[in-house]
Amino acid sequence: MSLIVSYWVVASLILPAVTGAAIVLFLRHHLTLSRLASIGSCLTLVAVAGVLVVEAGDGLIQSYAMGNWRAPFGIVLVLDRLAAMMLLLTAVLALIVLVYAISTGTDRKGWHFHPLFQFQLLGLNGAFLTGDLFNLFVFFEVLLIASYGLMLHGQGGERFKAGVQYVIINLVGSTLFLVGVGLLYGVTGTLNMADLALRVAAASPGDQGLIAAAGLLLTTVFALKAAVVPLHFWLPGTYAATTGTVAALFAIMTKVGAYSIIRTSTLIFGAEAGDLAFVAAPWLLPAALLTIGIGFIGLFAARGLRDLAAWAVVGSMGTLLCAVSVFTVPSMGPALYYILHSTLAGAALFLVADLIAQRRADHGDAITLAPRFRQIEVLSALFFLAAIGAVGLPPLSGFVGKLLVLDGVRASPHALWIWGAILTTTVLGVLAFARAGSMIFWKSASVEGEIPLRSLRGRRGGVGAAAALVLVLAGLTVLAGPVTAYTAAAAQQLFAPDQYIEAVLGPHSGGRR
Amino acid sequence: MISLEFLVASAIAVLTAAGVYLVLRRRTFPVVLGVAFLSYAINVFLFAMGRLLIDRPPLYDKAAQGHTDPLPQALVLTAIVISFGMTALVVVLALRSYLETGGDRVDGTSDAEGAP
Repeated sequence: MSLIVSYWVVASLILPAVTGAAIVLFLRHHLTLSRLASIGSCLTLVAVAGVLVVEAGDGLIQSYAMGNWRAPFGIVLVLDRLAAMMLLLTAVLALIVLVYAISTGTDRKGWHFHPLFQFQLLGLNGAFLTGDLFNLFVFFEVLLIASYGLMLHGQGGERFKAGVQYVIINLVGSTLFLVGVGLLYGVTGTLNMADLALRVAAASPGDQGLIAAAGLLLTTVFALKAAVVPLHFWLPGTYAATTGTVAALFAIMTKVGAYSIIRTSTLIFGAEAGDLAFVAAPWLLPAALLTIGIGFIGLFAARGLRDLAAWAVVGSMGTLLCAVSVFTVPSMGPALYYILHSTLAGAALFLVADLIAQRRADHGDAITLAPRFRQIEVLSALFFLAAIGAVGLPPLSGFVGKLLVLDGVRASPHALWIWGAILTTTVLGVLAFARAGSMIFWKSASVEGEIPLRSLRGRRGGVGAAAALVLVLAGLTVLAGPVTAYTAAAAQQLFAPDQYIEAVLGPHSGGRR
Repeated sequence: MISLEFLVASAIAVLTAAGVYLVLRRRTFPVVLGVAFLSYAINVFLFAMGRLLIDRPPLYDKAAQGHTDPLPQALVLTAIVISFGMTALVVVLALRSYLETGGDRVDGTSDAEGAP
C-alpha cells in the first residue's frame, strides 16, 4: 500500500478514537467545544472516506498491516470498494445525524453524547475495514458498547426496559460469535480472513462439518444484528424506545450485520470453498423472504411513526438480504446500491418522525387525530418524500434500487418468490404509509386549533438535516449511473476473492520489510 | 481415569447448559448470572481451541520439547476483559431499570400481571 493511502485508512479509525477520548477527558463540561470537535471529526471523516472511495475506485485492494506485523500473524486493515463505500455511507449519515442532534438539542439530554457518538463511529469504521475475524468481534463490541450508551441516552423508564433487552440479546449474540470464531480457529489455526479463505478451501472432508457449523453460527450472529426474522424481535422495541436521533444513526447498525454476512460469505465461504461454498445461502433466502413479509405486515401494527419507521427498517433488511442471498455478481451490485438507499431512507424516516413528535407535544408520534402543529407544511412534504423513499416508489432511489434488485435476481431459481415478495410488500408499504400519513396530515386538518408549544428547537437545522437526507436520496437517483457502476465493480471484486487474498498475503501486501 | 479432554468438555457443557437455562429466566438477576456463566463457558472453550497440552511453554524456548498455542490465551484475555465489563454494565443497567420502572422482569411486565 502506498504510504499516503495507509495514513488515510488509519485516520478513519484514529480520528474518532482520539476525538472521543479528548472530548471525554478535556471537553466534557464545554458543550460548544465538544460540539465543534464532534462536527470537525465528522466532516474530516467524510473527506477521508471520499478520498478512500476514489482510491479504492481504481480496483486495487490495499492492505495495511497494523504495527507492521505481517499477515497472517498481525491484524490487517483492508480497503476494497465495498469497505470504502460503507465508510463513506457511515460518514455522511453520521454528519447529518450529528447536525440534527445539535440543532434539536438531543445531545444535551444526557451525559457524554458526543464521545459515545465518536466511539460508535470508531466501531463502525473498524468493522468495515478489518481483515481479521477476531478483530471484527472486537469492533462489534466497540460499536455495541457505544450503542448501549447512545440507546439509553436521555433515559426514561420505557427506554431502560427496552435497553435491558437490547443489551442482553446482544451479549448472547457476542457469545455465539466467539463460539464461531473459536471453532474456526480450532479447525484452521488462523483468524485472518484471507488466510481462512485458503484454509477452508483446503480443509479435509472430516473438518468440513465443524467449519460449516462455525459458518452458520457466525451467520446467525450477523443475522441477529441485521434483524432477520426470527431474530428481529429486539429491533422495533429498541428503535421505538430510543430517541429519533439515535434511531436514525442505528439505521447503519443493521447494515453492519448485512456487510458481515456479505464479507464472510463471499470471502471465507466463497465459490472456492467446494462443498462449503455459500453454506448459509439455503437458510438465508427463506429467512429474508419472511423478513420482508413480517416487516411490511408489521407496518400495519404500528401505533406511532417511530414504530412505523422501525418496521420499515426490518422490511428493507428483508429486501436487501433477498438480493444478497442469491450470491451472484448481478444480484450483489443492486444489493449494495440498496444498502446505500435503505440506510439513508430509514434514517430520514426516523428524523421526520422525531421532528413531528416534538411539534405535536402530548400527542407525540402516535398515529391519531390531532390539531395542526408548527411547520406542518414542510414536515408533511418531508414525510411524503421519506415514505416514498422507504417504500420504493419513483422518483427516489428506492424505486431504482428495487428495480435493479428485481432485475439482478432474474437468473436465480427462486426468482419468482423474490419477485412476488418484493412486489406484494411494496403495495402493502404504500397502503401502510398512506394510512399513517392521511391520519396525521389529512384527516387531522378537520380538527380545530393548533398545538401550543412553549419552545421549539431545530426549526431550521433539524428540518434541514432531514431534508438533507432526502436530498442525498435524490442525488443517489440522479447519479444512479456512476453509483451502480461502482457497486457493480464492488460486487465483481467480492466474487473474485483471490485479489483480496493476494492483497493481504501476497508479496506486495501491507507492511514495509 | 477420566481424560482431561472429557473433563474440560463436560465442564463447558455444564456451564453452557446452566447459562442457557438462566438466560431464559424471567427476572434480570438470573439472566445476568446466565450471561456470566455463558461467558465462562466460552472462555474455557476458546482456551481449549488451542488444544490441551500439559507442561508446554507458550513462548519460544530452545530447550522445550514443544509449544502450546499462545493465541487462544490472548483471545481469552480479550474476551474476559470484554465480558467482565459487559457484566458490570448489565448489572448497573438492570438495577437502574428496576429503580426506574419498579419491576425487574426482562420482558418489561410488572409483578401485578400474571403469575410470578
